[in-house]
Amino acid sequence: MASPGGRGELRQFWRTFARNQLAMCGGVVVMVLVTLAVLAPMIAPWDPNRPDTKKILEPPSRSHWLGTDPLGRDVLSRVLYGSRVSLAVGFVSVGIAALIGVLLGSAAGYHGGVVDNFVMRMVDLMLVFPRFFLLLAVLAFLKPSIWTIMTVIGLTGWMGVARLVRAEFLTLREREFVIWSESVGAGALRIIFRHILPNAIAPILVAMTLGIPAAILTEAGLSFLGLGVQPPYATWGNILNDGRDYIEIAWWLTLYPGLAILLTVLSYNLMGEGIRDALDPRLRQSRVGRIIRLGR
Amino acid sequence: MRRRPARVRSLLAGIGIGALLAACNSSVDSRSEEGAAAASAPAYGDTFIQASIGDIGGLIPSLTSDQSSYEVGGLIYDGLVKTDKDLNLVPAMAESWTYSRDCLDLTFKLRRDVKWHDGHPFTADDVLFTYRTMINPKTPAPFKDSFLLVKDVQAPDPYTVRVRYDKPYARAVETWSGEMLPKHLLQSFAEAGTLRESPQNSHPIGTGPYRFQEWKPGEKVVLVANPDYFDGRPYLSRVVYRVIPSQATIFLELKARGVDYVSTLTGIQYARQTEYPAFRKAYHKFRYPASDYTFLGFNLRDPRFADRRVRQAFAHAINKQELIDGVRLGLARVATGPIRPGTWAYTDKVVQYDYDPEKARALLAEAGWKDRNGDGIVEDAEGKPFTLTIRTNQGNDERKKIAEIIQQRLKDIGIQADIQLIEWAAFIKEFVKPRRFEVVVLGFGTGIDPDQFVVWHSSQRGPDQMNRTGYANPEVDALLEAGRSSCVQSERVRYYHRIQEILAQDLPMIFLYYRDALPVVASRIHGVKAAPAGIMYNFDEWYVPKAQQRYTSG
Amino acid sequence: MALFALRRLLLSIPLLLGITFVSYVVIGLAPGGPLDFLTPEDPNASPEVKERLIKEFGLDRPIYVQYWQWLTRAVRLDFGRSFLPDGRPVLTKIGERLPVTLFLNLIEMAIIVGLAVPIGVLSATRQYSLYDKITTVFVFVGFATPDFWLALLLMILFGVQLGWLPISGLRSLNWEYLTFFQQQWDFFSHLILPIAVATFGGLAGFSRYMRQSMLEVVRQDYVQTARAKGLSERTVISKHALRNALLPVVTILALALPGLIGGSVIIESIFAIPGMGQLMVQSVFSRDYPVVMGNLVIVATLTLVANLVADITYGLVDPRIRFGGRRGRR
Repeated sequence: MASPGGRGELRQFWRTFARNQLAMCGGVVVMVLVTLAVLAPMIAPWDPNRPDTKKILEPPSRSHWLGTDPLGRDVLSRVLYGSRVSLAVGFVSVGIAALIGVLLGSAAGYHGGVVDNFVMRMVDLMLVFPRFFLLLAVLAFLKPSIWTIMTVIGLTGWMGVARLVRAEFLTLREREFVIWSESVGAGALRIIFRHILPNAIAPILVAMTLGIPAAILTEAGLSFLGLGVQPPYATWGNILNDGRDYIEIAWWLTLYPGLAILLTVLSYNLMGEGIRDALDPRLRQSRVGRIIRLGR
Repeated sequence: MRRRPARVRSLLAGIGIGALLAACNSSVDSRSEEGAAAASAPAYGDTFIQASIGDIGGLIPSLTSDQSSYEVGGLIYDGLVKTDKDLNLVPAMAESWTYSRDCLDLTFKLRRDVKWHDGHPFTADDVLFTYRTMINPKTPAPFKDSFLLVKDVQAPDPYTVRVRYDKPYARAVETWSGEMLPKHLLQSFAEAGTLRESPQNSHPIGTGPYRFQEWKPGEKVVLVANPDYFDGRPYLSRVVYRVIPSQATIFLELKARGVDYVSTLTGIQYARQTEYPAFRKAYHKFRYPASDYTFLGFNLRDPRFADRRVRQAFAHAINKQELIDGVRLGLARVATGPIRPGTWAYTDKVVQYDYDPEKARALLAEAGWKDRNGDGIVEDAEGKPFTLTIRTNQGNDERKKIAEIIQQRLKDIGIQADIQLIEWAAFIKEFVKPRRFEVVVLGFGTGIDPDQFVVWHSSQRGPDQMNRTGYANPEVDALLEAGRSSCVQSERVRYYHRIQEILAQDLPMIFLYYRDALPVVASRIHGVKAAPAGIMYNFDEWYVPKAQQRYTSG
Repeated sequence: MALFALRRLLLSIPLLLGITFVSYVVIGLAPGGPLDFLTPEDPNASPEVKERLIKEFGLDRPIYVQYWQWLTRAVRLDFGRSFLPDGRPVLTKIGERLPVTLFLNLIEMAIIVGLAVPIGVLSATRQYSLYDKITTVFVFVGFATPDFWLALLLMILFGVQLGWLPISGLRSLNWEYLTFFQQQWDFFSHLILPIAVATFGGLAGFSRYMRQSMLEVVRQDYVQTARAKGLSERTVISKHALRNALLPVVTILALALPGLIGGSVIIESIFAIPGMGQLMVQSVFSRDYPVVMGNLVIVATLTLVANLVADITYGLVDPRIRFGGRRGRR
């Protein structure tokens, strides 16, 4: 089979994707959210971090569309700034996970033998630790900040991508032109970039897109336990945490960030699923598809 | 028409029964609430349910350090003395005591009618045993300091105890308010150093108003009234501590009437979340000044804070009333020193720092900090900006809010502050003990005695000691020593007044506020009165009139 | 196949050792030690107690020595005693919590599977229909909802405002005084909210999985053949397709086994359920090393076992995949 990724493929993919209404909705919402996040400093009506003790826990009003928090700060502005954090956490931690996954998966798939064994044992090792427990332990170790959280979430999420990449290598190893390339002395990197990645990129992309909402939820959970980003910076999780003791007198603190998380995660998931389904015809024939679907 | 299959019928029946039970329960409540007025005479019975945020560490309080263990232990055990509603020391198992002229000899006369829960009589031997156990190096007790100052203890007869000190020690009597341990049960364990594994730690025998019944770790502790208590059997028959690890859940349980008491509400809970009619009918809210204060502590070893003007600038930059309003919704009082307002050693005639950002900026400028490059942050002569990190422990909402408000106020005078919330164990070990901090937001509890030697004396600046800011002032040192070794109150008052004056001038920390404690008790319980000591001082006298008893288990 | 199983078992042992060593080191290096809880910040605490405790717990020796001490005892299933003042044996503490978590998770798993399979199958057979879309959104909403959020909302609604259900713990206080049936109902009613919250979230993943698996199977040749043979759609699905589609589900169930032990930290904490998740968090926060290690070993062991079982099951059940050998059709 010739190396994939031609124009016809792309158009085919797009057509299938566009037919899926839910996925399209998801995609549109994602774009809107990203835009809002980027533009937040310009559109937020109030300073998200300045306390005002005269306005504690005010309900939504004309001047504060989404109400105020226990320190009198505007919830709308905080939710907007919080979206920046959520998106950053989503993208960066998934990026880190993907990077590690590609590196380790390639190492395993290309070299095989001892290296492969070692990497797969590492994968098993990582999977054995209950993820949350590992996060807790490591976060207690490090200074809590946005970077440590992103790194830690990334460090505990690379296993799926590593498997994907490794599987792709395994497939390709059996193909003649790789043997040919090896015999001609092509370097490992060249093989990775020219043969492995183009095939693997699609499922990796799906894994990443589906990883983003998971990362966002994890961060929200960590913030909820008080392990997230330091105050006063707003994240959706910590707005929820701030508001959880006042839920029956200040419903806006719980409703809006919760909805924001819901909407974001939902959209990413729908979009990701749509991408996956649209890639399906191609996936069906490759082992990689089996890997994603069955998680092996 | 097919009949529903048997399984479905019993399921429906089950649901039906459940609904019926729920309905019955609520109608019983309303009925008993209604019959209030007539029968409000003291009666025995009912159960008192309390929430505890952490499980107890054990049932020998001296070996633990958590609040819950002391609360529970306080009902199972007794000391020789206790505090009354005005925070005075009054007799408990000792019926009287006398001091010798030189304040070195303290003699207790014990009551003769006290028995351990297993019937064994309580005698001076137990006091002696308790003392020996506490000073025994094998005993893993966190708070032995007071006992270590004792020179020796003698029991000339079974109901007399003579305590001797090397130097007069102001807190001598207070030392003996801790729990007494039964010699006849624990002697071998104390000697072997295995107290924590003794049955006492899971099934204690004490002399207090309540006897231990059961402990389901992680779930609950149950105590029952001691019918032979020397002060008379307490009215409430059972006390249950429910372990509920989440503050939010405790509050929800309160609203759902699943607990009868919460030791303190937060400011917002008190002012905004408990004002609706059903709550006010079911509960009584109380308010009294608590004994702990919150502060912003400087690390005096940091060269920037060595200059007093910088510390004063900080004091002027902070609006304490704003903090109280924002964090406690006004339910606290401004603190000016480490001694509790309303106690005998307190004075407010000390230097006060008003909220005055202009003055703060001027002071900073005097100390060499000016905004030289227009970025809003002040720099020193070499252009280094004034940045710092405000640290405090995680899990404390008040301190977090304080940090956030102070951060903004500092920003207003040109100081850029970050906030770091650190998990407690790590915070203490990594930052507080090795003095690796710039400023911290913390609290201190004040006891009933104003002696604060361990906090302010220059000899207490070591990593494991309490003088965290690193404060050293020879005049204060002398005053602390004098105050500690006198037992004449009029003398001590002078010393402590002077200490408060100096501390206000020196500002090793900015004293922020003394919060109000805001306890809540179920309205069916009578006999609860707020006083300087709180509300629990007369717990054994609380009762529920017969008609209002909710949990009638005898 | 026996060889394969044996090989995996042997590989598991060093893996287990590696896990325990790494976690011991990580926890040990984390700042703060158990002593910071036993000698708290209070003007009256005594510093020399720490000296004694350090000796007692052996914390003055280097990490690897401590580890070795721990290991030699762990092999004999002696995980030592907790560092907390109650000093109870680790196994006892875990033993108290494990059944609760297991029980909750098993019920949750059962409900999820019970609901997810039909939802997934129907979604697959009616792909892109309105039903599919609605269930997709519903299931995804479940996945996207933060569980702590849902928990609080449900607690407020059912516990406080309507007063129908209890909101914390596993039993009411007067449980001992209830009749047998009342006790059962009481226990049951305490479980409703936590399980509802847990299943709502878990349903998404599982039913999507089922759907995906079903979709793949339905496109296979043999299904087309069955249809061509004239069999009713219903028979085709339930007799031929479903059986094959359930294969990966079995795998996932096996892989989910270790999750049964873990316990959800957030749900247990909000509903005050004394389970493993809570124990895990508390012991990490208080640096209660023995409990942390005991916890970890049990979970790690079960995970490894579960992985092995899953691999073997899958290999047995799907003849197309063999262990590391040649793949099926080219």
